Formats: sequence, structure tokens, C-alpha cells
Amino acid sequence: MFEEDRVSADRPAARDPLAAPAALSAPVTLPEALAGAEPVESVCTPIRMTYTYTPGRALSRYLRAMADKRILGERCGATGQVFVPPRGVSPLAGAATSEVVELADTGYVESFNITRVPIERRPDLKPPYCSAWIVLDGASVGFLGLVINIAPEEVRIGMRVRAVWKPDEELETSAGNILGWEPTGEPDEVITDYERIGRVEASDP
Amino acid sequence: MIDVAVVAFTQRQEDAISGESEVEFMVPLMEQAKASVGLTQSDMGFTCSGSSDFLAGQAFSFVMTIDGTGPVPPISESHVEQDGAWALYEAWVKIQCGGIDTAFVYSYGKSSPGSVRDVLATQMDPYYVCPLWPDSYAVEALAARLMLEGGHVSERRLAEIAARSRASAASNPHAVRTDPKSVAEILAEDYVIDPLRPSDLPAEADGGCAVVLAAGDRARDLCERPAWIRGMDHRGDAHTLGVRDLTSSASTRLAAHRAGAAADKIDLAELHGPFTTSEHLLIDALGLDEDSTAVNPSGGALAANTMMASGLIRIGEAASRIWRGDGDRAVAHATSGPCLQQNMVCVLEGD
Repeated sequence: MFEEDRVSADRPAARDPLAAPAALSAPVTLPEALAGAEPVESVCTPIRMTYTYTPGRALSRYLRAMADKRILGERCGATGQVFVPPRGVSPLAGAATSEVVELADTGYVESFNITRVPIERRPDLKPPYCSAWIVLDGASVGFLGLVINIAPEEVRIGMRVRAVWKPDEELETSAGNILGWEPTGEPDEVITDYERIGRVEASDP
Repeated sequence: MIDVAVVAFTQRQEDAISGESEVEFMVPLMEQAKASVGLTQSDMGFTCSGSSDFLAGQAFSFVMTIDGTGPVPPISESHVEQDGAWALYEAWVKIQCGGIDTAFVYSYGKSSPGSVRDVLATQMDPYYVCPLWPDSYAVEALAARLMLEGGHVSERRLAEIAARSRASAASNPHAVRTDPKSVAEILAEDYVIDPLRPSDLPAEADGGCAVVLAAGDRARDLCERPAWIRGMDHRGDAHTLGVRDLTSSASTRLAAHRAGAAADKIDLAELHGPFTTSEHLLIDALGLDEDSTAVNPSGGALAANTMMASGLIRIGEAASRIWRGDGDRAVAHATSGPCLQQNMVCVLEGD
């Protein structure tokens, strides 16, 4: 549909939208031997390359800590904000972060959505399921995770959650060690000041 | 035409930067470039970067590095999937459009995570050529064979270019191929891909660089002797290798003409010739006289070739020599694509 729109964009508006598009090039004369050849309608040219990915200092520390069921963030020396996952740089100040901070594996739901259709390649995710931005205790920004062990329609902004980790024997240097976030049953975080969400204004540049 | 100058430049090039992510090693380079002229990100009228997802092995890899600029308040920003020299060109055009008098340009690449020879195969025609996975060194060797058999160059001449690069690189702390070798030693090397020897090949490196551009009086305020961009042009030859004359570089010749390279003496030239063969063609296309022009005083891409940065580094190397008074007029060149397909020529002058 989009392709058709694009092709016909320069043509007169009165043109029948269902008519076959005009030829884009002059007819090609084929040699006798190819006259009856079946046209090739598609080609498959797979491209596969192998990389040895180096996550860098900050992400390496983060992934190693994950194997010990610990969550590391990093503090911006200029604004005091704590970012997680850490990247070695404050994405707001444009400066290297100044301090590694260990965060709790508890926090609250800052925002969430409910997915009701399945997505390819994740047969493990059974709709409906709830994805959320979770602000860890001690962090300045949200962090993506699934809210589990609760019906999605009961999830709410401000709800307190804790990490559900994989069994110890299955832990890896991977963010996948956190299976999801479940309600702690504590009273909800009362968010009266929505301005603080994102907190990008904290530095007043 | 608004006068624009290169006023700051930082770089880092190493065999392999394996312990740091791109943004981690770029942040200090970005900070130092800006700090060297007393500017911060909020002083920049425009920011443009160059990098490649095919090298990084991840989509939209450049967005991670934007974190390193400090994009708060929101910045005017663009990115090219090309060598940073083309990012600098975009920034130069942006300044020509008026309204800003500074721009920040950076680029970087790590070849070490993958096989750069395979990565470069993906820039070929995706239907007819790329599926054959032509190794980038082998593609250049096709051009080299044509040049040698056609009498356009000799193996000795190529070895002389390699020897000169190694000798010059000895005083460049950012070069990675610095061990001196005589012409005889180079000619005694076994071929890697006949007719190319190890010394004919680019010295693959990981790294990046950052540049600050400033216009008119702003440049004079920031820099004692700005390296003024007096002319800049880039041209591309046909993408299909079979239709090109691989024994000469028509696009370099045209870009040089349009940039006004030959209008006056050229004290030094920083050429982005990844192979000895490409450097030979560039010297020819630019009409350089090696007796009066110092060619690749940094060692060039034969001494350190950081994909996506090597062309911008040529501009930075040439500019820093103008600042230092090593020369008054310099030509910097950047290339992209197989066998010198696209070429940029930038003429820099001191006051």
C-alpha cells in the first residue's frame, strides 16, 4: 500500500488508483534463449557477520554484578543523578560518570502498559502481560521490566515492586537474570509531583 | 562564502580498544576538544557525527555516543553513516547557511569486534557483488594489478610510499604501525594478496576524533592561528568497479580542482590512502610534488586507519600543523568506498 502510494505520488490525481503502474523503464529485449525463462521474483542474499561485542567498562561491571543479583547504577558528578543501566557517561551532562552506585532491587512503577497481542520470537511472553518503567530505590530514571505475579489490570503507577531473580544456579552475566518485578505489598509510592518524572530539569543547564 | 576554520582537534587511535565502549572512549576526546578552545556543548551551533552500524554490529549505534555530547538542552544534531570528514562537510555547509558560528564534529569506529574486510564487502552492490563476499584487500589488489601491469606504478614505488609512512609515523604517538622498514625490507615481504604486501595494507585501528569548527571572528578569538577552510569539495566515482578506471582517481582530481587545491603552493598534504596504491593515485590526482610538499607527515592511513575517523583525522592533522606553523597551506583528503570511490579534498590555510 505504501509502496503504491509512493510510486504514484508524482502522477496526476485523476489516475485510476487500481490500474497497474506504468512501466518504470523501457521494455527489455531478451535474447532468444531467455525468451521463455521464468522471471525471478525474489532473491535471498543472507548477510551474516560475527562480532565480539565489548560492552565497555560500565556495562561490564553491570553485567558482572547481575550474576551476583546486584544492580549497579552510576552517578553523574555534575547533577547527582543516578542512571541505570550505566553507560559510563551521564546522558544529560555529557561527562563521564563519577561514581558507581549499588541500587536496591526494589522500586516503584512509574508507568506501565499492557500488551494484549503476542509478539514474534517471545513465545515465553503470554498476553496479556505488563511492561513497566520501574524506578529503583536510589535511581533517578526508570528501568524497563515486566510486572509479574499480579493480574495486569491491577498494576498501577506508584505500586511498589521487587525483582524476581532466576534461581541461583541459572544466574549469568545477563540482564535476563531478572525474570520480572512483583508487588511487595507495601503502600504505594505517592507521586504528587509528576514533574520529577524523568527529572531532566534537575541540572538547570 | 563565510570563512570557517578548524580550531580544535583531538584523536585516539590504537590497535584495539577492547575494554571501553565507543561512548566511553569518545567522552574524553569530546571534552578535550571543546575545552581546548574554552567551549562547552551549549556553545555549539551544530553537532554532526560519523560512524557505522556495520562496524559496531548494532543498529542505531550512534545514539549511544550522542549521550557523550551532553544533549541537554536539546542540541541541533545530525549523523552521517560515513567517515567524519563528511560530517565536517555537513557542518561547514550548515555554517555557510548562516545563523551559527560554531560546530562540533566527531567520528569513531572500532574494527576490532568484527572482520573489517568482511564488513567492507557489505558496501558493495547488494545483489551482484556483496553475496560473493569480496574481501576488501582482494578488491584493492585487483586495482593494484591493473596499475602494476599497466605501468602506472612499480612495486618499488609502492614500497617507497610504505617506507616513508613508517618513517613519518615514528613521531606520531597515535600511529599503530611505527616500526621503520627500508624499501628493500618491504620488497622482501611475502605477499598477503598478490600483488599486495603487508606494508601496502592499511594499519587497522580502533579510535575516534573530535573537531571544533568556528567562523570568522569567533575562530580568531578561539585560536591564535586558525586553519581556514579555503575550499572543500567531494565527488564520487561510479559504484560499479567494472565501469571505472581503477588506475586513476577522477573524482579526486575533480574535487581538488573545485576546492582550488592547485591555486598556490601546498606545504603539506594529509591523504587518506588506505593502501600504498591508493596513496600513489592520490598524489597523482592532486598533482603533488613530493619535493616541495610533505606528504602524510603523520604517516597517514598506512600508519593508522581508524574506519569512519581516518578521513576526519587527516583534516585534523593538517589543521594542527597550520596552528603550529609547520606550514601555511595544506591539503587534506578523505575517502570512502572501495578503491577510492568517493573523495573529499579540503584546502586549509593559515593567515
